[in-house]
Amino acid sequence: MANRWKNTLTDRDVTDESAYLNRRQILAGTAAGLGLAGIAATQAHAEDLEATAWEDITSYCNYYEFGTRKDDPSKYAHMLTTKPWTVKIDGLVDNSGDYAFDDIMAKMTVEERIYRFRCVEAWSMVVPWNGFELADLLDLAGVQSEAKYVAFETAYRPDEMPGVRYPVIDWPYVEGLRMDEAMHPLTIMATGIYGKDIPNQNGAPLRLVVPWKYGFKSIKSVVRITLTDKEPPTAWNKANAREYGFYSNVNPTVDHPRWSQASERVLGTGLFARRQDTLMFNGYADEVASLYDGMDLTKFY
Amino acid sequence: MLRGLSNMQDAINSIFRRIPAWVIYLASFAYAGWLFWLGIDNQLGADPVKALEHKYGEAALYILIAGLAVSPLRRTFGINLLKFRRAIGLACFFFVVCHLLVWALLDVQRLDRVWADIVKRPYITVGMVAFALLLPLAVTSNNLSLRKMGAAAWGKLHKLVYPAAILAAVHYVMLVKGWQVRPLVFLAIILALIGWRYLSKLPARRAASRGMPSGPS
Repeated sequence: MANRWKNTLTDRDVTDESAYLNRRQILAGTAAGLGLAGIAATQAHAEDLEATAWEDITSYCNYYEFGTRKDDPSKYAHMLTTKPWTVKIDGLVDNSGDYAFDDIMAKMTVEERIYRFRCVEAWSMVVPWNGFELADLLDLAGVQSEAKYVAFETAYRPDEMPGVRYPVIDWPYVEGLRMDEAMHPLTIMATGIYGKDIPNQNGAPLRLVVPWKYGFKSIKSVVRITLTDKEPPTAWNKANAREYGFYSNVNPTVDHPRWSQASERVLGTGLFARRQDTLMFNGYADEVASLYDGMDLTKFY
Repeated sequence: MLRGLSNMQDAINSIFRRIPAWVIYLASFAYAGWLFWLGIDNQLGADPVKALEHKYGEAALYILIAGLAVSPLRRTFGINLLKFRRAIGLACFFFVVCHLLVWALLDVQRLDRVWADIVKRPYITVGMVAFALLLPLAVTSNNLSLRKMGAAAWGKLHKLVYPAAILAAVHYVMLVKGWQVRPLVFLAIILALIGWRYLSKLPARRAASRGMPSGPS
């Protein structure tokens, strides 16, 4: 059941690796034009977007298990052993057990998905992910009808993760989705970026990507997936419930208590780039808004 | 042992005596300019605005700590950096202004949003209060002001650096996600340097009230 969603970004918009080296010069040349075109840019049609450079995607990461600075993960994540890797799938499933990463990959169809990625810290990228639909993996495990939510857990390895020495948040990192969110065709487990294996600092060997939610929902280096009938605890919600809700959908009209979410800095666009207006559901409203019909999004943030 | 220590003090003090205070201004301008150039030249990573904003803010905190360390160094180790203190204070203020300008002009980019942030976001409010407390100190960091105000009043005014330093560190603790180590270390050092002043003065309180010059120490 792969290929349920087609990229709205065309190939023309992905900067391939040989071209991205020239990207900055191109951007520098068009910077003035971007400023003038500010109003048009706020519409931010997918077609106008450009994938962020590999170098930026892989050097600017929030992966607190390796440290809280943006460059800590790229410095220290090489310590993480990703081969072999198993994902425990348990809870309300027919086929619970340990799934070897290679066995999963043998059964999944990997596609390219070029998604906007909006961090709760008000910056954004465009990432050309490679991955498979989470729905396909859940189908493999056989979800039982009582299951209402999916819980995820990141690896917790004090020997390989220097950041977990500090109680920045309650380790291990955990996340969760409602079943309809998990089964949505936009929701993928990413295993690559730019056609290469996903680097450790970006969540190797497989991570969740939910493009209409703030980045922290897209949990990295998943070791466990549990189907449950209760809303599972999520790491940032446990750390600060007032600031981080269970849903954490990108929403320019609901501010983070400490900063506005109305606009974002687009990474890789230089020191003088204009901020970009943030789009409802990160630009995926057509696909996902109906999931939240009738919900007060200021309450379920 | 003691002799060796005092020789070392003399050696250190004589080195510092030979360094003019303007070196601090020059180094500050050079460092700030170099960072800005790195930003323009795309050498500050994927998010140069945040990087520059944070580096200027962090420089201000480091210099603030250096300023707060002048008195403890002199009283405890006999190392005299008093002649640098004005330059340290003004350099700190310079980086605070750089930090503020990058935040307002390059990050937030719109005056209405700048104002909204100051009013609505507690960590920004706290940072702005720290800036407001430092403003009169920067304006009066010259001989003319010192003469006009008189040493006592001037000294009293400049004690505002203590609440400003604490608020600056709190601003840092509040802006990060979760309980991160670095901002807490800054806060702890600043609290320790300020706490030292109160603890070290306890027995000397009486002497101070008998007319010893008081001011930020």
